[in-house]
Order: sequence, then C-alpha cells, then structure tokens
Amino acid sequence: MNSDNGSAPWDLFGYFADHRADVLALLWAHTWLSVLPVVIGLLVAFPIGWLARRYRWAYPPIVSVSGLLYTIPSLALFVVMPTLLGTQILDPVNVVVALTIYTVALLVRVVADGLAAVPEDAVQAATAMGFTRLQRLRTVELPLAIPVIAAGLRVAMVANVSLVAIAATIGIPQLGQLFITGFQLSVTGPYYPPIVLGIVLSVALALLLDRSIVLGARLLTPWQRVSAAR
Amino acid sequence: MNDMLLWLNDPQNWTGTRVTPGIVEQASAHLAYTAIALSIAGVIAFPLGLVLGHTGRASWLVSVANGLRALPTVGLLILLYVMVSPLISGRGNAVYLVPTEIALVLLALPAILANTYAGVRNVSPDVRDAARGMGMTGRQVLFRVELPNALPLVFSGLRSAALQVIATATIAAYVGLGGLGRYVYDGLASRDFGQMAGGAVLVAALALLVDLALSLLQRAAVSRGVSGRFSRRTTRDSRAAAVTVVRPEPPRGGPDGGRPPRQATTPASALTPSGDHPSG
Repeated sequence: MNSDNGSAPWDLFGYFADHRADVLALLWAHTWLSVLPVVIGLLVAFPIGWLARRYRWAYPPIVSVSGLLYTIPSLALFVVMPTLLGTQILDPVNVVVALTIYTVALLVRVVADGLAAVPEDAVQAATAMGFTRLQRLRTVELPLAIPVIAAGLRVAMVANVSLVAIAATIGIPQLGQLFITGFQLSVTGPYYPPIVLGIVLSVALALLLDRSIVLGARLLTPWQRVSAAR
Repeated sequence: MNDMLLWLNDPQNWTGTRVTPGIVEQASAHLAYTAIALSIAGVIAFPLGLVLGHTGRASWLVSVANGLRALPTVGLLILLYVMVSPLISGRGNAVYLVPTEIALVLLALPAILANTYAGVRNVSPDVRDAARGMGMTGRQVLFRVELPNALPLVFSGLRSAALQVIATATIAAYVGLGGLGRYVYDGLASRDFGQMAGGAVLVAALALLVDLALSLLQRAAVSRGVSGRFSRRTTRDSRAAAVTVVRPEPPRGGPDGGRPPRQATTPASALTPSGDHPSG
C-alpha cells in the first residue's frame, strides 16, 4: 500500500479530475437508469393499487404476488430478462424492466395502503358534494394519499440507486463501473480512488433524488405546511 | 429459454464432475455463506436491538445502521474485498470468504437491528404498563412481554436480511466466491447463456425457499395471540379471550364478529416489504 502513486482512498478527487467526462457519463447513465423505473413503476402500480383498494378480495393475492417478486435477487432478474424479453444481455432495457418490476412490487402495496389511509370523512364529503368517482379520486383521494405514496417512492428510489450498480458486474455501464474498474486495477495492491468515488457519488445521488421526492411531495401538499404552522 | 432448460436438465450439472462442483454443492455453499452472515449479524444486532428498544437509549445507533443501507452493495463488497484480501495469506477460499462475509454481515445488520428495535419500541405502552403493574422486573417485561410482541417485526427484519444476503452472496461470485452466483458469471464469461439463466433461476428459487422456510419458522414461533391467527376449530370465545389479552381494546366489528380478528397491526414499515400475512 504505497499512497504516493495516488492509490489512497482520498485521492478520489484526483481520479475524478483525470476522468471527468467518463465519470459524468456514468453518473448520468446511473441517474436515468434509477429514475426511469420509478416513474414507470408508479404509473403501473397506481391502477393496480387502486384495484387492490377498491376490491377487497384483490388485496391479499396482489400483496403476496408483489412480495414474491421482491424476494427474487436483482442479479437473477437482470440475467433472466433477455430470455423473457428477447433482448441482448448488455441491453440497458433489461435493467429498466427488472427495476420497474421491483418498483411496482413495492408501490402497489403502498398505493393501496395510501388510498386506504384517506380519511373516510373527506371521501364522504366529496361524494355528498356530487363528485363522480373519478373526480373524487383525482381531486380528493390522490392528493390526500400523496404523503404515504411519497414515502414509498423514497424507499424505491434509494433502493434503485443501489441496485442499478449491480448491473455493472454483467457489463452495463453506470457508476457501478467505477467499482469494477477499481477491482480490476487492484491486482497488485488496493487501488481505492474509483471505488470510493463510486460509493460517494452513488450515495450523493441517492440523497439528492430522495430530497427531491420530499420536496416534490411538499410542493404538492401545501395544506400540510399550513396545519404544521398552526 | 431452451438452453436454460437443457442446462438445468443435465444431471452432470447437478452432481458436478471431478473438477467442477455441481449445483447441489454450490447451493449448499451459498446457503452456508448466508447462514454464517446471518448468525454473526443476528448475534450482534438482535441483543443490541432488544436492549436499545427496551431502554430507549442510543437510538442514534439505529439511525447510523439505517444509513448503512444507502451504501451500494456492490461498492461495499468490492471495497472490502480490495481492502481485506491482501491481509489474508494462503491459497484457500478464505481470501474470498472473509472479505465477503464482512460485507454480508454489514448488510444484514441494519435490517435486523432496526426491526428488533422498532418491534420492542412499538409494543403498546398499556401492555408494558400492565406488565410492570403486575410486578414484573425490567428483564421479565423484556423477555415475557416485549419480545413476544416484537417477534413479527423481528422476523420480517430477519427475512429481509436473509434475502439481502442471498442476493449479495450471488454478486460475491464476481470477486471469486463460490455459490450459485458462479453459474451466472461463468456463463456470462463463456457466453453460455443457458448456464447463466439457469444459475439465475436457481438463485431465485433458493431465495424463495429460504423465505418460505423462515415464514414457516415465524408461524411456529409467533404466539397466536400476537399474530391473530386461529384455526377454524377454535371457538369464538377463545378467540376473543386471546385477543383481549394482547389488545386491551375489544376487536372492532360488533357482536356479529364471525370473522377472525384482524392481524395485530404492525406499523407499515416500508423498508421491509416482505412481511407476509397468511390468512386463516
């Protein structure tokens, strides 16, 4: 372990300066690979979660199937995707679809529970005011379920940022690639900079995305701030 | 798909040859890695969670452990491998095993610690007060009241830790460990996609089996008064009696309550989505 050749963990800044364009490209790939599944996942999970809430009998099977999907290790899912989708093994679509499956599995339950947590008074008041079922869902139930759904989104988002990195071991480039690079350069002795840089960037990305969901949820639920200030 | 079925169907792949270990051997290795990591993490995190939950002290430790979850698993694995493996001499499996197990333990700790802590903390204060009022000592309250009530959450923590460890042990094959992950990475390296997909299916099956086994263990270990699970033969009176012991308020639903009582509501901890609710 000789730190004079820049293999010390704190030399990540030097490594970043030397590989700036590459690292930023990896960071960008990592960002969209983690965000896209959450967006698609929410769009898919919402109607299913609504069904699970609307029809009581649908809740137990939907929850157990989603729990079952969540038990499948991510690497296994990445690797089986080409067989199921007919894609190439290095196609990023595999990662997006696999992570979307996880996100849906997580969010279906969250959406159903979030809708269930809407106060019955509010729903009845909306019905009494003559709202149609769709209007009620859009203007009353959905906004009131936002805090619960946002909490689920945060978990899915942070999990995705970590899971995406796994795809680097089968050759799909994103921040996980930095771990692989560090691993391959550590044959004679530990070479920390890319590994530490990858961990730092990945945690920073997770924090940033997490914060932006919190912020978005806060902007969408202005009444919460009013009641908190009182 | 066909390649995968062919690979899975070849008996030689299951028994192995003189030079390559078979599926059976790799699966038991995978289970062994998982068991080692879970035992070490459990020995550390379970008592710690119980004590922290019981005393309510040093809850920042739980937050620190939860912060560990944000670390990318591959990054942690490779970092520890690069750090620890040069310190280990010898040509055996230990070079791969020791760093990997450290990473697996670190990954299993937060789930077990946080859920044990939350389980004990979430025991209703009424129940705890009642136990104290009956003259139980702190130790008795912890082991006779808080622990049994916390078991569902403790198990959901153990189960998510087990899944996490199985998944990460698969990735550990990338740095050179054995286990079912070998098939995935060896298949990828030799462009034998049948082997790769077959390995992936085996890993998924192993994860499902372990989760099933733990859920059966949970069924056996958790008191029915806590889980709210009753056989159909029990009379309504005995159900009501069992429920009122755990939950001071009577079950909702009125006098017609022909349906089994609801599950004892555990807080919807979104971090552990694997909590199952077997009905009936």
